[in-house]
Parts: sequence; C-alpha cells; structure tokens
Amino acid sequence: MGELAGDKHVKYILCVEKKKDSFESVVMEHLRLNGAYWGLTTLDLLGKLDTVDSNEVVSWILQCQHESGGFGGNIGHDPHLLYTLSAVQVLALFDKLDVLDLNKVTDYIRSLQNEDGSFSGDVWGEVDTRFSYCAICCLAILKRLDLINVEKAVRYIVSCKTLDGGFGCTPGAESHAGQIFCCVGALAITGSLHHVDKDLLGWWLCERQVKSGGLNGRPEKLADVCYSWWVLSSLIMIDRVHWIDKEKLIKFILDCQDTENGGISDRPDDAVDVFHTYFGVAGLSLLEYPGVKAIDPAYALPVDVVNRIFFGRC
Amino acid sequence: MHGRPRTAPKPEDAAASAAKAQKLRALQSQFLSYHHDRIYTKEALDTSAKLLEINPEYYTAWNYRKLAVEHNVKESESSPESVKSIFDEELKVVENALRQNFKSYGAWHHRKWVLSKGHSSLDHELRLLDRFQKADPRNFHAWNYRRFVAALLGRSVEDELQYTEDLIGNNFSNYSAWHNRSMLLSEILKKKEQESYSQDTISKEYEFVLNALYTDPDDQSGWFYHHWLLDQTSKAKAPLLVSSWPVPGSELVVSGNVSLGDHPLSSFSKVTVALERFPVVLYFNQTVEGVNSSTVAIQCTFVQNEDVTWKPFSPQNSWASKVWVGYLDLSGVDHHSSAPHTVEVKLGHHKGIMSSNGLQLSVPFDLSFRVSVKPLETQSSKDEKLVWEEDKFYACEMPIPCLCYDGISVGNKYEPTTSDWQIGTIAEEISQIRNLLAISDSKIGKITLARLLMAHDVMSSPYATKTVHAEEVLGLYSELMKLDPSHSQYYKDERSLVLLQQLLSSGGTLLKHCFYYGGITSSSTHGPICLRLNNQSISRMGAFDKLLWVQMLDLSDNELHSIEGLEAMQLLHCLNLGRNKLRSFTALDPLRCLKSLKVLNISHNEIGLHSIDTTRYLCSASPLSHNGEVIWHGDDFTPEDADVTNYWEASMVFKSLELTQLDIVGNAVANEKFQSFLLKILPKLQFLDGQNLHRI
Repeated sequence: MGELAGDKHVKYILCVEKKKDSFESVVMEHLRLNGAYWGLTTLDLLGKLDTVDSNEVVSWILQCQHESGGFGGNIGHDPHLLYTLSAVQVLALFDKLDVLDLNKVTDYIRSLQNEDGSFSGDVWGEVDTRFSYCAICCLAILKRLDLINVEKAVRYIVSCKTLDGGFGCTPGAESHAGQIFCCVGALAITGSLHHVDKDLLGWWLCERQVKSGGLNGRPEKLADVCYSWWVLSSLIMIDRVHWIDKEKLIKFILDCQDTENGGISDRPDDAVDVFHTYFGVAGLSLLEYPGVKAIDPAYALPVDVVNRIFFGRC
Repeated sequence: MHGRPRTAPKPEDAAASAAKAQKLRALQSQFLSYHHDRIYTKEALDTSAKLLEINPEYYTAWNYRKLAVEHNVKESESSPESVKSIFDEELKVVENALRQNFKSYGAWHHRKWVLSKGHSSLDHELRLLDRFQKADPRNFHAWNYRRFVAALLGRSVEDELQYTEDLIGNNFSNYSAWHNRSMLLSEILKKKEQESYSQDTISKEYEFVLNALYTDPDDQSGWFYHHWLLDQTSKAKAPLLVSSWPVPGSELVVSGNVSLGDHPLSSFSKVTVALERFPVVLYFNQTVEGVNSSTVAIQCTFVQNEDVTWKPFSPQNSWASKVWVGYLDLSGVDHHSSAPHTVEVKLGHHKGIMSSNGLQLSVPFDLSFRVSVKPLETQSSKDEKLVWEEDKFYACEMPIPCLCYDGISVGNKYEPTTSDWQIGTIAEEISQIRNLLAISDSKIGKITLARLLMAHDVMSSPYATKTVHAEEVLGLYSELMKLDPSHSQYYKDERSLVLLQQLLSSGGTLLKHCFYYGGITSSSTHGPICLRLNNQSISRMGAFDKLLWVQMLDLSDNELHSIEGLEAMQLLHCLNLGRNKLRSFTALDPLRCLKSLKVLNISHNEIGLHSIDTTRYLCSASPLSHNGEVIWHGDDFTPEDADVTNYWEASMVFKSLELTQLDIVGNAVANEKFQSFLLKILPKLQFLDGQNLHRI
C-alpha cells in the first residue's frame, strides 16, 4: 500500500490558491469560502496551517460579510448559510472568532429558522436539512444555540427520516450519505442522537462500503472519496464505525492520490480537486492514519480546535 | 470534480481553458456590477442568463433574477400576459441551466420559486421530469421536484405509486423508486386504518419485491425495501412489559450499603442497595413514554405513590425509553421487625403509557413482591479486596428462582400481541428466502433470513424464553463473517446479541454461568453470586431484560467496545470489564446511572489509545452536545500538559459514583499523573489497581 503524500498535498493546496486564472477556479469563484475551509482544514490536519498568513485570510473573510450579517461565498456575492458556516469554521481554525460582531451573525442565522423548525439557506427560502446543520453548527461554535428553537429544529430533522434509518433534504426525500452527515451531525450537536435508529442506519451506512474498499453515498452507486467523510463521520457519531473494513478504505483513499502533483480525486486516476483532497485527508484522520491530526466528526474541525472552543484548552 | 480523468493538460488545452476563463470572468464581473447597481434591463438579464447557462451553480445570479422578476412584475402590473411572460422566461433559463447541470440546487429551487408564484402552467412539468428521470432515474433533485409538482397538481398517491411501479419495472435496481414507494405506502397505510387493508397491501408488496430479489439477489435496492416491509410486519401492535425488577412474587431481603466483606449478595433474594434508593425497574419491548405516578400506582405501607418519580433510562435526556426506573425510599422501614412488606405495582390501568406511534400498553399489569429490610450489621469485617481470579469462583448449585419473565411468572395475564397474520407472513417469507438461498449465495439474503428467524422467535415467545432458531441464526452469522469479511464486525455484533439471548433464556443454561465468589476470607458462608459471561467472544452486550437481577457481573476477556444498555442493571455492585476493547471514558457513560456500583475493573482496555472517540456524542453530559448538565470540576486537578478530554470525561463518569475499588492498569491513559487525578475525584476509593490506599 502507498503512503500518504502529505507534503505533496500541502503543495497542491497552496498552489491551487495561486492559480486563479484557470477555468476551474473561475467556475468555483462563487464558493471560494467553502474552498478556503476545505483547503485550510486540510493544511491544519497535516500540521501546516502556519504556512498561511492568517491576517490576510481573516480580512478577506470579513470582506465577504454582508450587511445582513451573513457571509457570501466570495466578495460581492449574496449571503447564505453555506458560506456563513465556512466563515465561522475558518475563523475558529485560526482562533479568530473574536473578530466577529457576534450579534450580527447570530441574528442572521436566527432569522432563517422557519415556523416548522427547518432552516432556509437564505432569504429566498430554499429549505434543506443541510441548512439546519449549518445553522446549528455555527450557533454551537458561537455558543448561541439558545437563540433558536432547538426542539423544533430537531423535530424537523427527525421528520426527514426515511425507510433505511437515514435522512433526506426534506420530509419524503431519499437518504443520501451527505445529508445523513448533516442530520446526524445536527442531532449530535444538540444532544439528540436518541432519535437515530443506530443499528438500522449503521447497517445501511456500513453497506456503503463496496468491493474496492471505497464508500458510496447511496445503494448501487459508485464509490467516491468524499463519502469517506460523510459516511465515516456519521458512523463514528453513532458508534458503529467498526462495522466497516478500515484498512480497505485507507487503501482506497491512498489509491486516489496524485502522488506526483499532489491532491486527491474522487476515484483512482481521476482529476484531483480541493474538495476531494479535504475529504480524503479528513477521512484518513477519522481512520486514525498516523501523521494526520484528529478531526471531530460533528463540527468538522480538528479536535484540538473543538476542544479549545468547548473546554477552553486543547 | 466527479469522474473526470486525471490527465496532464496539453499546452493548447491550457490556452483554450485560459481563454474560456477570461471570457467567463468578464461575464461574472459584468454580472456582479449589474447586481450591485440593481440594474434589471433586458441586457442585464441576458448577461445573467448567459452566465447561468455556463455555470448553473452561480447562486448569486439566481438571486439576482428573482429580484429582477419582482422588480419587473411591479413595473408591468397591469398586464397579466406580460407577467406570465416574465415568469415563462425564468422557466426557460432554468431549463437551459439544467441541461448543463441537472444536479444544480439553485436551478431546481428557482423553478420551484417561479411555480409557487402561480403564474405558470404546470402542464409541462411532468413531461420535463420524465425526460430528466429517464436520463438519470436516481437523480434525487428530480425526485424531490416530482414530489413538489405532484402536490401542486394534486396527483393521487395511487398515481404516484403506479409511477414507482413503472420505474421499478424498467429497472428493479432503482433504489430511489423503492424509497418513494415506501413513503407513498406509509401515507396510504396511515390513512386507511382497516387492518385487513394494510395486511393485504403489505402481503402484495412482499410478492412484488420478491421478483426483484430473484432478478439479482446481490442488488441491494430491493432488499432494503424488504427489510422495511419486515419492520412494518413485525412491529408489535402495542407495547408490552417484558421484564421487571423485582420479578412478580419475589421475596427480597434488602440491606443498606455495606462492604463486600459482609457478603450481602450471597443469595438471589438478598440485595444490597442504598435504602433510600431501592429501584423498581420496568422493561418494555419497545420505547414508551408516559410512565409516571399517575400511570403506575405503587401501594405499600412505607411509600406514598406520589413521592415516586419515574425516570427513563436513555443515554441522553429524552422522555421516552424502553427501560424506566422508580426509586422507593426504604429508609423509614423498621429494621428490627423481620416481617416482610408487600409492595404492589400496578400499571396500565390508566391510559398514558404508550409507544412512539401512540399505541397504549397492551394489557394492564400488576406485579407484587415482598421485601424485608435486614438490620445493618455493625462493622463485621474490614474491607476486602475483590480479586477476579479463576480459582476464586466455584460453581453455584443453588436452585435458581425465577429471575425474569417466563410466561409463568406473569400468570394468565399474557394476551398475544401478535396476530396470526403476522406470524403467518413471517413464516411465508422464511420459506421464500430459503428457496432463494438454495439457488444463490446472496449475503444480504442470509442477513434477511437471520432477521426473519429472530422476528419469528420474538413473535412466538414475547418474553424470549424460547429461542427455537438461535442455533441456525448463529450459524448464518458465522457463515456471513466468512462470506463478507469486510463487515465481519457487524455480523459478530449481531451474533453476540443472539448468543446472549440463548445463554440467558433458560434457567439451565443460566445456571452454568452463575458462580459463588469465594475470595472473601472473613466470610463463613457462601460468597456473593456472580454471573460470569467472561471469555465468550462477545462483542456487544444485550439481553438486558434478563439481567436486571445481577449484582456481580464478569464480562472480562470479551471484545466489548461499548456497554450501551447496561444502565438498566440497577443492582450492579461489582463489574469486571477487564481485557475488552473500550476506547474511551465516554463509552462508560451508562455507568453513571448505576448508583450501587462499588467495584469496577476496566483494566487492559484501549482507553487513551485512540485519537478518534466514537462515543463522544453518545454520552449524556458533554459540553459538545449541549445537554445542559455540564459542570466541569476537574480543571484544578488536571495537569497543564495533559489531554483535557480524558480528564474531563473520567471526572464526568466517576463523579457520580462511589467506587471503592478500581482497576485501570493496562490502558494508555493510566499513567502516574492520571492515577493521582483519580485519587482526587474518587474520595471513597480504597484499592486502585490492587494497591490498598489505606484511606480509613
């Protein structure tokens, strides 16, 4: 089995950041804050966050903030919960949460909770359990969960449960490993995992592991490195991660590395990107791969960052 | 970037890409300036449309178009035609964007937004969906949109059900269609309450799914649906009390908290608990809510019913649980009189105890037992260390009284909660799946058969006293471990549960695991009775309904990494979890409920060894999961350079216990610093890793 080409991945991430002129990076421009979270968290997990000028990042993040309090995916873009969470997470990585005008951000998040407990992603009203996770995770990191109706938020998430014990985007929608992470994560953060049928969901999730060792996101779909995060983190939160073969999954992730130029792809020999590089490294972290810092399965931040927030020390 | 091959870019490609990028960048900055200046002219709208055609994920442009629609509709308020044409234009832009990327959240939501304004015809929507769903029958955006449109059109559930049938007919491996079918059927079953109708419907579904299973027994889609059907079939109709402590008719002698040397546990009927906290445990076959002093009546001379508070045992704060406990205060009972007191517990005479789907307890239940309080002995002996060594245990020949429900103990009050239809359906499916397995080695088929067989056992014997199929099921799981080694731990866990069920189901097999502990020198009579389930390759604990009476339990030399459910064992006094696979203190969270626990062995586990804690979010009092009862006392005792979580978690578990003996050696966490921390948070501790601390 190959080894983790950590240094190559660090180089790759730093270099993607500089390559702003390729078509790919222009297409992704509107979600640069997500990209920053993926890239910087990867660097932190590989112990190389200090290669980045944190002041530069923080001042750029603040420029992405809208007057409503929410953050856009880049300067000039509209605010949305998806990017507000990334902004808060990246500030947490750098221990710079104090730059935020707390009331402004939390008012924005609170304003997006609907009567039924669900959350809209922004003022335009798209409802999805992904946004429940964003809101709950953000407010928990900012220690202001009391601002929303947690009981209703939980009830809405539970109403999205499906036949396989998983969760979909809205009531009636099909389970999907990414969506399951959001729902299980939100339930974990609110101390509500008793609503999860752990054995049923755990079985469905462990059956996401296919012959190659990789994980897919739904039955009869192809394996993809990103599910190393969505499926694994969910299995860990419900304490069923021993039901998959960890060694085979490690091998699958390592096989998806570009060992020459760095980066990790969805499947072996596909083109790499920051998204999959993050999910690959985060997956290895959850698998306790040596040399990679531990990541918290619910907050999707390094464990030492989470401990710093909630225990006051690492 | 999904599914794109990794190739080194050719120079001419790079140049083309750069040119494309430049064009797109120009478009984007042009768009942003229109957006920021709130310009909604045709030219500006065209720019955003072009942009979205190239990059449908560019969410700000969708927002911009909504603003533009609102603005332009206001401008043209007089003419309904022009309003309609404004909205129709949006539908066109969405369609173009979806052609480029039909997984674009923004595009689908824009379409919903347009339709919900009510100016557009819906006729086209189902046709559009058919096209997309043909191209990708698993696209969940399209399915979500379909549910939205079906609701707007008022399509009947039956029509939509037919649609799933058509898609499954085209390709049985369409899990999305099976999923939608389960949703639609649940709706139908909820609406039509006639039992025969639901039964017919479910029976037909079994036939329908069987075809898919035969087509490719290794495809998962149909099997998950089959599993869901089994769940619909075997759901017990109403909750049933399957076990309790004390057991009806038992005669108990209770003594207050005394030391081990007083050999208080030396008979099945002698119990040592704090007199003010004598537990009555109720164990149901499913999660129930509403257990309180108005649904459960306690009659005895020394306790007022209203003073008893019932508490659900659930690892987290919730109002529903399978297991409930109420504590009686015996401290006022006359110790000098040996006359037993009768305690009557009556439940289910008033409505209120019900399952999560609103079904009431199936039958009223009266349980009566007698209890006498033994005078507290004066310091008869010095405290002695308990040693979990093989030669300290000897076989227990005492006849075992009734320790759990076996149908006799509950007398003739038992009414069947399962119908002939249920048992018949399960039996039919067992034979169908056996037939299928005769021609295929489908692993998921074997799992299904194992589950069907267990469901059959539970239905025919609700108190789990007969495990007719246990041997066959154990065999199936052993086979599966070989057939599908990647998931062997799953099968091992399932196997452990069946094994425990089997071991504990009859007095005969149980007696083989009951031993006297003979390690107490000061004892002149029998030592305490210990249930020894050590060295059984158990990877998961279960069958707790059969273990409520246990005061001393040896689970050492197994493969446990969790003790979920152990909180029900309220009498537990001594527990050996040595040489298992416990990974963290949070895994010991259930111990926090065991107020009688004094002796604990967690030596030679994996606490402190792992960087990822798999029970971090399952424990009841973590600041990470906002349960509201977090108080962190240990900071003063925690060394500067230590990993704060281990210290925090240890203090969380142990602060509610009064352990006198703890073995923790052989865990990565157990260094000298940690040991001195333990001494501080466990003031009653007398032995740590076998060392007498000479505290008295």
